[in-house]
Amino acid sequence: MSSLHVGPSAANRTPKIRRSERPRTRNRACGSAAPAFLAILLILLVATTVFIFAARLYPAPAPISFDAVRIDRQYNLTLYATGVAFVLAQLGLAYAGVRFRDRGQNARFVRGNVALEIFWTLLTLLVFLGLGMLGRKAWADARFTPSVSGALQVEATTYQFVYAFRYPGADGKFGRLDPSLVNAPAGNPLGIDPNDPAGRDDIVVSELTVPVNQPVELLLRSEDVIHSFFVRELRLQQDAVPGMVIPIAFSASQVGQYEIVCTQLCGLGHYKMHSLLHVVSQAEFETFLHQAVAP
Amino acid sequence: MPASAIAEAINRSVGGNSGSGGYFDGGGAGSPDGRAPERVYITGMLIALGAILMFFSAFVSAWVVRRGFSTTDWQPMTLPPILWLNTLVLAASAVTLWYSRRCWRRGNEADHRYWWGLTTILGVAFLVGQLLAWRQMCARGFLLSTNPSASFFYVFTAAHALHVLGGVAALVALAVGRPRRLSRATATGVAALYWDFLGALWLVLFAVLLRG
Amino acid sequence: MSSERQPAGAVVHAPSGAEGLLRRYVFSTDHKIIGLQYFFLALAAATIGMILSLGMRFHLVWPAADLPFLAGRLMTPEQYLALVTMHGTIMVFFVLTTAPQSAFGNYFLPLQIGTRDMAFPRLNMLSFWLTLVAFLVTMSAFLVPGGAPISGWTAYPPLSGIGEIAGPGEGVGQSLWIVSILIFCVGSLLGSINFISTTIDLRAPGMTLTRLPLTVWAWFVTAILSLLAFAVLLAAGVLLALDRWAGTSFFLPAGLVVSGELEVHGGGSPLLWQHLFWFFGHPEVYIAILPGMGIVSHILANFSRKPVFGYRTMAFALCAIGFLGFLVWGHHMFVSGMNPYSSLTFSVLTLSIGVPSAVKTFNWLGTLWGGKIQFQTPMLFALGFISFFVTGGLSGVFLAQPALDTTLHATYYVVAHFHIVMGVAAIFGIFAATYYWFPKMFGRKMSEPLGQLHFWLTFVGVYAIFMPMHFVGIVGGIRRYADSTGANYLVALQPLHGFMTVAAFLTAAGQLIFFYNFGRSLRKGEPASANPWKATSLEWATTSPPPPDNFAGCFPVVYRAPYEYSVPAARLDFLPQHLPSVPDAVSQQEQGHAG
Repeated sequence: MSSLHVGPSAANRTPKIRRSERPRTRNRACGSAAPAFLAILLILLVATTVFIFAARLYPAPAPISFDAVRIDRQYNLTLYATGVAFVLAQLGLAYAGVRFRDRGQNARFVRGNVALEIFWTLLTLLVFLGLGMLGRKAWADARFTPSVSGALQVEATTYQFVYAFRYPGADGKFGRLDPSLVNAPAGNPLGIDPNDPAGRDDIVVSELTVPVNQPVELLLRSEDVIHSFFVRELRLQQDAVPGMVIPIAFSASQVGQYEIVCTQLCGLGHYKMHSLLHVVSQAEFETFLHQAVAP
Repeated sequence: MPASAIAEAINRSVGGNSGSGGYFDGGGAGSPDGRAPERVYITGMLIALGAILMFFSAFVSAWVVRRGFSTTDWQPMTLPPILWLNTLVLAASAVTLWYSRRCWRRGNEADHRYWWGLTTILGVAFLVGQLLAWRQMCARGFLLSTNPSASFFYVFTAAHALHVLGGVAALVALAVGRPRRLSRATATGVAALYWDFLGALWLVLFAVLLRG
Repeated sequence: MSSERQPAGAVVHAPSGAEGLLRRYVFSTDHKIIGLQYFFLALAAATIGMILSLGMRFHLVWPAADLPFLAGRLMTPEQYLALVTMHGTIMVFFVLTTAPQSAFGNYFLPLQIGTRDMAFPRLNMLSFWLTLVAFLVTMSAFLVPGGAPISGWTAYPPLSGIGEIAGPGEGVGQSLWIVSILIFCVGSLLGSINFISTTIDLRAPGMTLTRLPLTVWAWFVTAILSLLAFAVLLAAGVLLALDRWAGTSFFLPAGLVVSGELEVHGGGSPLLWQHLFWFFGHPEVYIAILPGMGIVSHILANFSRKPVFGYRTMAFALCAIGFLGFLVWGHHMFVSGMNPYSSLTFSVLTLSIGVPSAVKTFNWLGTLWGGKIQFQTPMLFALGFISFFVTGGLSGVFLAQPALDTTLHATYYVVAHFHIVMGVAAIFGIFAATYYWFPKMFGRKMSEPLGQLHFWLTFVGVYAIFMPMHFVGIVGGIRRYADSTGANYLVALQPLHGFMTVAAFLTAAGQLIFFYNFGRSLRKGEPASANPWKATSLEWATTSPPPPDNFAGCFPVVYRAPYEYSVPAARLDFLPQHLPSVPDAVSQQEQGHAG
């Protein structure tokens, strides 16, 4: 009496004559409140999220370098793109649940739609790769550029759970380091070789001071485990890996005091490992150097 | 429409055919009683070899990176010459294994067992040879922690030897026993896959170590 | 299983008595029992992991609280880090790798392809016992001097490679952790061999690749990922163990000075560990999510009474995600000191993997569209999965770009991202699968009202926990910090932490409903029929629970695709895969509507 006829023309048509034969199952196990409730929750999710972002309730601290500004621009672009996708997807889910809840109708027998699939695949590819292409510059400019001549070189050494910054001093050269000479209690936490004349005028301090608008090349090192250097306002983060010297570059455009935190798990004192970045005027920087030289 | 045409239309539209046999053509190599076909042992071994390949690839990648990373403490070593002999022994065992299986296929059980036993002995000889190689390395002062090059030597050879040990155990089991769940042809085929793979793997590892 | 070849249909006599009990339920080679063993292991692990996380969340808000059950009455930073490490390890390995794949896959793969068991049942049993032993070894790290390791589930050397001098827990605790991981790797590899072989060779007649349920596709691709990824983790673990115990220097550089002491090593590379670990680690997260995607597709079709929209695309997307998953590991290493040019390559590949993921989401929506959606508990969790996958996936778009990752790496933003995709979406997949297949596994139904309550509480609860976490990260809250007494700006984030902690405790409490429902339904649930959800796939073609050989001797032959729901002009709104396509003669009049 009933046949299993499948053909493209019947795909979306449910013949009237059959409807009375098909048992009219209705979702009784749960109330019809479920789709509405889900929709409400999803709308609340979307509304709250959009609100918090739009009202900037939890913003990152203001950027203090050109690289940071460029990163922020890319961040905002990504936020808009993903935000739109987020809103559409969650609300789409909510809508589909409500509109197509079981009200006794027959479902549409559809296997797919190739044109539609090609469309949204290409669209997604375009958006994601587009974001990647646009964000390339922010990364490249910060990381690919070799150190600018005239950059202030400062070496940052990390060890459990301390930052030590070394300036080359008047001779502009760093003294040789020897791990076997490391002796923090005796005042030589970096292991500067006393026989190396270049090291005699090296300045070692626990906080980083740099002049404003001055390109700085920070040479990151570690003595024991992997640590990290992160300044939020610079939008700059880099691991300090033992066995490597990793240069990073920045130029702070705003005077002030900013926190340096360790972001790579380094042991029980990881959460307490922090320091300060002082961005000061050129004059103040000179003063700092003079004062630090005195033993 | 006639019933057969409807059935055909259904089969076409729901996709795929309802054939059986073959890996991917029609599904359903499973027999009507749901039992596994014998070739699943071959499949299983091939997949296991994929994992083993990946495992050793990780070691070799580590070797490549480590060698390129440290310019100071990488000292290529001269390998003990016995390794060449061991390589020959392993290659010979692959030949004897092939011949042994050929005998079985031709119904010559006695010769099959003879060459199979020979393969097993050659396998054990390879392991003994590797042990000797280690002793020679130690005697020359190259221990596991002496330098990175030595470390990789021991890691490569030990990992490989452990797998060969498993292979020897299988060879012994098939030498003295009869496989119960599968035919001897399949069982020896599976063992041969494993053994040949380890042989080829040794050639690669040896070449890497020679490269220094 | 007896040692001789049994003729088909022969009755296998079950051993009786205590020995029988052991053979049937403990040392069983039956994939269904093994699946349940994995399931209960994962359930226990999830409970422990959840409790550990509650300990973490409590400490973040009340770090100075007096805790009488601790020596010293105060949780120390190293104890906090031990919680972090063990929570991650237990959840990633023993819950997310185990439940979706080893538990449900073992139980339902043979059923869904219409065969009697996995290809290698004894190997299967060995896999489970290795996994259980690995779990016990991991847990034992809590009990040894120094306690559990503090290097995170990622165990970066040198912190994890130089022993006790690096910190408490880095002695025996870290060694036990490594041993446990090595054992887990072997167990996982053996399991993968079984899954792949079974899928290739044991499919019922007519079960072509295009007729496989998407759950089977997901388990198949996941098993391939497992096979290749865990082999690499095994190698990495061996090298780390050698660095710790044998004085080698694969990962340990020269010139280390730890707590004033000079450590002698050769010039090893800490980055080498990261490469090896993340080469495993990234496929690992796809191992955690792909089975969930499979079950969501499966459930969506069932409860929308429609075929999966774009079945072939969905299968292909699973494969694409699996394949691309091996090419993106560097996105965990953007600020690691890796070559910055590599970062851009990894970024492009990572963004690309967003495409098949997005396509799957669109196709899920397409499956819902035009459907006849029934909102029972399995469907609710499947819909929840989609919501979380969208949220978590989109936050990943930020992290995929190195310029943005520079700010977000190692902050709570990352923690929010991976928790939403792994710790929520994947868990919702597990819950969906549990509610869906409970009737089949135990022959009884779970309570719908309690299931619904569990869903709503959990759905709201986990969004309440993890949405605020993004903002903590954006402001600069750093992960794996024991408290906020370090840098000054962290104090401002405490209100958010407080909110998340309260939400975490409430959500955890909500899970009690699930446990109660589960336990009660096991004994007193309403008896379930063979096919309570009116589904089409083969597991529903047998009794609930299935007999020992799955089909009582009547092994199915497959005649059609897996999601033939609401086929026009069919009498029922679902066509089981195993029913022959026997057309009845129809009158011209009744056929009059046909085109």
